[in-house]
Amino acid sequence: MAKTAEEIADAMFKMVSDAQGLKKLKPGDLNKLMIQTYPDEVDKKLCKAAIKLLVNNGRCVYTYFGGSFIELPHREGAAND
Amino acid sequence: MADQLPNTPILDELEKGTWPSFVKEIKLAAKNSPMSRDLLGLLEQSYEEKIGHWKHGGIVGVMGYGGGVIGRYSDLPEKYPNVSHFHTIRINQPSGWFYTSEALRTLCDIWDKHGSGLTNMHGSTGDIVFLGCRTEALEPIFSELTEAGFDLGGSGSDVRTPSCCVGPARCEWACYDTLALTYDLTMHYQDELHRPAFPYKFKFKMSGCPNDCVASIARSDMSIIGIWRDDIQINHDEVTKYAEGGMNIQRDVVGNCPGKCMDWDGKELKIENSYCRHCMHCINVMTKALRPGKDRGACVLLGSKAPIVEGALLSSVLIPFWKPKPPYTDLKDMVERMHDVWCEEGKARERIGEFIQRVGLGNFLEECEIDIAPEMVAHPRENPYIFYEEYYEEDDGEEDEDGE
Ligand code: SF4
Ligand code: SF4
Repeated sequence: MAKTAEEIADAMFKMVSDAQGLKKLKPGDLNKLMIQTYPDEVDKKLCKAAIKLLVNNGRCVYTYFGGSFIELPHREGAAND
Repeated sequence: MADQLPNTPILDELEKGTWPSFVKEIKLAAKNSPMSRDLLGLLEQSYEEKIGHWKHGGIVGVMGYGGGVIGRYSDLPEKYPNVSHFHTIRINQPSGWFYTSEALRTLCDIWDKHGSGLTNMHGSTGDIVFLGCRTEALEPIFSELTEAGFDLGGSGSDVRTPSCCVGPARCEWACYDTLALTYDLTMHYQDELHRPAFPYKFKFKMSGCPNDCVASIARSDMSIIGIWRDDIQINHDEVTKYAEGGMNIQRDVVGNCPGKCMDWDGKELKIENSYCRHCMHCINVMTKALRPGKDRGACVLLGSKAPIVEGALLSSVLIPFWKPKPPYTDLKDMVERMHDVWCEEGKARERIGEFIQRVGLGNFLEECEIDIAPEMVAHPRENPYIFYEEYYEEDDGEEDEDGE
C-alpha cells in the first residue's frame, strides 16, 4: 500500500534525528533512502511533499554549509546570541 | 560620542576618485544607522589586520524556506555589537529589473525599518540584496515583503533566481520575450527555488540576443540566448548612408566579422548567412542598416559556472534553435530530465557543467533523452576525433595508433 506524505515525513524525521551530529543529510539523501526502504510505496514527488511538511511545521530546518542539508533545529556554533 | 563615525583612514582612501564608492554610501547610511556605523569600524579593522571578521551562519532563514537568507555573524560582537548579526537577504527582482518608484520606496522603507539600510542593487545573480540585519528581524521583513508582493530569491543548492535582460520591453534586438520566459520559469520553479534539493546551485539566465547583456553564457547553468536562423536583414540605403557618412565598412565591419562571411565592394554589402556566427558585431556597428533575421527563437546552452570546485566553464550548445512558446512545456520537460539525472548521480557541490564533464556529454545526453546535434561540437572544424556510438561499427575499432 502506498505511503502517505505524513508517514514518509515521520520516517525522514527519524533518519534526520538519528544522523544529527554524526552526518548531515541532503534532501537527495533522504529521498534515496526512502525509495530504497519503501521501493514500491514512495516516489520522488511524495518525498518532496514529505520534506515540505517537515520544514513547514518546523520539525526540521534547511541549513547551508557549502551545500544544503536537512537538520533538526539547533543552535549553531557561529551564532552570537 | 556614540553617533560619531569611527576613524577610518584606510577606508577613506576608497572614497577618492570619480567613481562610485561603497565607503561613501556606508557613511551616508551611518548617519541614521548604528549598524552601518559599526560596519565601518569592523571593515577598517579588517583592512588593517588583513583578516575577515565574518563568520558563516548556516542555519538562519525564514520558516519553510531553505534559501534567500545568507547568515553572517561577526567574530567581534563585543566591540561592534550592532553588526554582531549581519545577515543578507536576497529578494527576487522583477524580470528585467523594472520597478515603479513606489515599489522601490516600499522596499527601502521595509529595509530602513528592520535592517542596516544598505542594499546592493543588484547582486550578481540578479536579486535585490539587503545587506545586514539581525536574526529576529528576518520573519518581520519576510512578511512585509510578501505583503508588498515580493518574495525571497534563491540561495544554496537550489534553482537560483532566474534573471534576464530587458528584452523586448526596451530592446529592438530581442529575438524572444525574455521577460515572459523568466517570469514563467520563476513561477514554475517556486518549489525548487525555495527548497534546495540539488547537488548544488542551478541558474537560468535569459538574453534576448547574442549580445548577451546578462552574461548568461558565462554565469548561468542554463543560458537561453535569442537567435535567428534566417538571413540578417539588410537595408541597403542605410548601408550607403553609413559609407557616405565616413564609416570604413571594410575595416570596421567586414574586417571584424569572425565568420569571414561579409563582402563589401564599395557599393553593396553582401552576407553569406550560412557562415554567419551570429556574433552581432555587424548589427551593433550598423544599427540602422542591419537587423537580426525574422525567423527568431533562442539557442539553449548548458553548463557555465565560475571557478569554485573546478575551473570556470562557458555554456555549450544543447538545443541549437528553440522556439519559446508559453507554457514552454518542452523546455521544462527537458530540464526535469536533466535535474533527475544530475540529482541522482551528481556529487555534492558539483555544478551540472562539471557533472557533464565527469560523465561525458554523450552519456549525459543519452540519459536525458536529448538528441545529438552537430552544433554541440564546440570546435567543429578543429577536432576530427568526434564520433557517436550509432555510427561506430565493429571494424572501425581496429585502428592502429595513427587512427588509420
Ligand atoms: S541581450 Fe540583446 S536583446 Fe537583450 S538587452 Fe542586450 S542587446 Fe538587447
Ligand atoms: S553577425 Fe557576426 S558573424 Fe554574422 S555576419 Fe555579422 S559580424 Fe559576421
